[in-house]
Amino acid sequence: MKASFFKTLRTTLLNALWMMLITFPIMVIKVKPRESLVSWRWMNLLWVGIGTFSLSWIWRYLLSRRDKGSKLNAGRGREVLGLLWGKKKIRAVLLAALTLLVIWFPWIVNLYQVGIITSGLMFVILGLGLNIVIGYGGLLHLGYAAFYAMGAYNYALMYLYWGMQFWLALPLGAVSGALFGILIGFPVLRLRGDYLAIVTLAFGEIMRLLLLNLSDFTKGAEGIAQIPRAAFIRALSLQEATNYLFYICAVLVAFSIFIIRRLENSRIGRALEAMREDEIAAQSMGINLTRNKLITFALGAFWAGLAGVILAAKTTYINPGSFTLLESVMILVAVVLGGMGSIPGVILGALLVTLIPEYFRALSDYRMLMFGVVLVIMPIFRPRGIIPKLRKHYTVKEVDCSS
Amino acid sequence: MSDTILDIRNFSMIFGGLHAVNCVNIHIDKCEIVALIGPNGAGKTTLFNCITGLYTPTEGDITVYNSNKKTVRINGLNPNKITELGLARTFQNIRLFNSMTALENVMIGCHTRLKAGILGAILRDGKTRAEEQGVIDTSMGILKKLKLERYANETASNLPYGPQRLLEIARAMATEPQLLLLDEPAAGMNLAETKRLDYIISKIRDEEQITILLIEHDMNLVMSIAERIYVLDYGELIAEGTPAEIKANPAVIKAYLGE
Ligand SMILES: Nc1ncnc2c1ncn2[C@@H]1O[C@H](COP(=O)(O)OP(=O)(O)O)[C@@H](O)[C@H]1O
Ligand SMILES: [Mg+2]
Repeated sequence: MKASFFKTLRTTLLNALWMMLITFPIMVIKVKPRESLVSWRWMNLLWVGIGTFSLSWIWRYLLSRRDKGSKLNAGRGREVLGLLWGKKKIRAVLLAALTLLVIWFPWIVNLYQVGIITSGLMFVILGLGLNIVIGYGGLLHLGYAAFYAMGAYNYALMYLYWGMQFWLALPLGAVSGALFGILIGFPVLRLRGDYLAIVTLAFGEIMRLLLLNLSDFTKGAEGIAQIPRAAFIRALSLQEATNYLFYICAVLVAFSIFIIRRLENSRIGRALEAMREDEIAAQSMGINLTRNKLITFALGAFWAGLAGVILAAKTTYINPGSFTLLESVMILVAVVLGGMGSIPGVILGALLVTLIPEYFRALSDYRMLMFGVVLVIMPIFRPRGIIPKLRKHYTVKEVDCSS
Repeated sequence: MSDTILDIRNFSMIFGGLHAVNCVNIHIDKCEIVALIGPNGAGKTTLFNCITGLYTPTEGDITVYNSNKKTVRINGLNPNKITELGLARTFQNIRLFNSMTALENVMIGCHTRLKAGILGAILRDGKTRAEEQGVIDTSMGILKKLKLERYANETASNLPYGPQRLLEIARAMATEPQLLLLDEPAAGMNLAETKRLDYIISKIRDEEQITILLIEHDMNLVMSIAERIYVLDYGELIAEGTPAEIKANPAVIKAYLGE
């Protein structure tokens, strides 16, 4: 006990010293060339030392706590939730309440709020889509925003050239997203893990650069403006159109949850999971990796394409800047934070990732920093996310064995 | 009994300069239990990997004779195609789908025999539902056969070592193979578990008419269940015969005990 305390103390002190040494040139020395003066800010050194020491100490404390056996109660809250959800009556009441809340929502808050929540819902769709690729298929995809862009530009360009309507663009965007997913899937079939991550990241950037530079076709950085909002019989006022889009988003979220839940508990869903767990064993059990990887990409990209069309209709203006790496990372964070493979987890994650920066404007400058921290911390302390996936429990009819 | 179902001719596997398996001939008849033995590094697992399509053999032919007498040369076929032809395997270093339950692991084994596609999964029509229920029942039946039913809803990685090995066999059986390839199934098992494994393997052969090729180091197990034994040493086939012949073979004794 005591020995381990001193050991921790030593490592922590060493960490602090290292940090002080490394940051010495930037934190302590300040050269003022005009006055040809060098000022030494020794206090900064002290702060770096104290800061690193305490952070390192907290880190170690958390690690030791994690190792001590938090394993036992991990996911217990989730199980209680699952139990409640399992009761048909409770579920019906909850669903009805939720539906009423969704219908009422635009009438009790202002336009701005409706817009924010709509973005949140859009991210839920994106998160659920990426969750198929990462959570089920186990393919670390960092260029997901490319599919999102595909859907958005699909609508924008088809509107620009052919006057395409929203309701036609919605399925077309989703399908073209899926096709694009397959197209991108082919070259990366043999890649896994870090390699796949790097290549898909590059794909995401290539897509953005193409949109930026094919300016004759896509209008480049200037973007495409005045994309029509979704129309309902007649053109709607801004207020109406915003509410309408909110409802559409809510319905699409419900739709995606429905579809993805069914896929999850099916032959296809199981095959994807097996592929995530162990490619070699999956192949040896008769699973066609090529086919299933392409299916994974297509299913994932489908939802991104859908969300893209909604984005175009919501903002009425898109440019390549809406589809940067930051977007891909945000969706990834939503999935990792909420819980890979867990539908309720991803929904919560997507809402957190979009709504926190919106409601705490002061924080939004530090978004990338926070996302980075989340991506490092989560896998260590809560690898299965805030709401971990609950495995399906099969009840089996008791067949008489004695016969 | 002389219905050959697997025929390996002049088979070699070379990694860079290393002849892992060198010009080997093996044939397996229907409903036999054949053992493949040899010191570590002899090339046994490599042979399995080639048969099941994980590696493409450098030389030679591997031919499978289907139940309806169709011959298929399987060199370089994808592993999933080979599984569809009725070959299933277990792995020396257990490769279960760790975060899935035992039952789901077995259900994966049924994959090739199911038809439901994406549309079926989404619509969940009567046919798909019946198929799903069928998978659950079949898988549960296989678990019961191997006395694993109490682990059905347990995450595979939480199973004790012995049951994990058995679960690998259960998963392979779910593919409904004609030939089951077992790579050191008794490794890490205790005496009682090995005894039961002996019984289970014989039962699988007797009741399901599944032919078995197994790699094993436990000589008691090998001698008690194998009908024929092949011995590999440094990639060369040094002996073939019944357990009694192998026990008496000077080359085998030399390979195992050294000079
Ligand atoms: N993928 C590989 N690449 C290179 N060498 C390999 C590979 N797989 C196996 N080997 C080598 O082939 C030889 C046989 O290995 P293996 O088949 O695993 O032996 P065992 O009979 O113990 O199962 C060993 O020398 C091993 O190092
Ligand atoms: Mg081996």
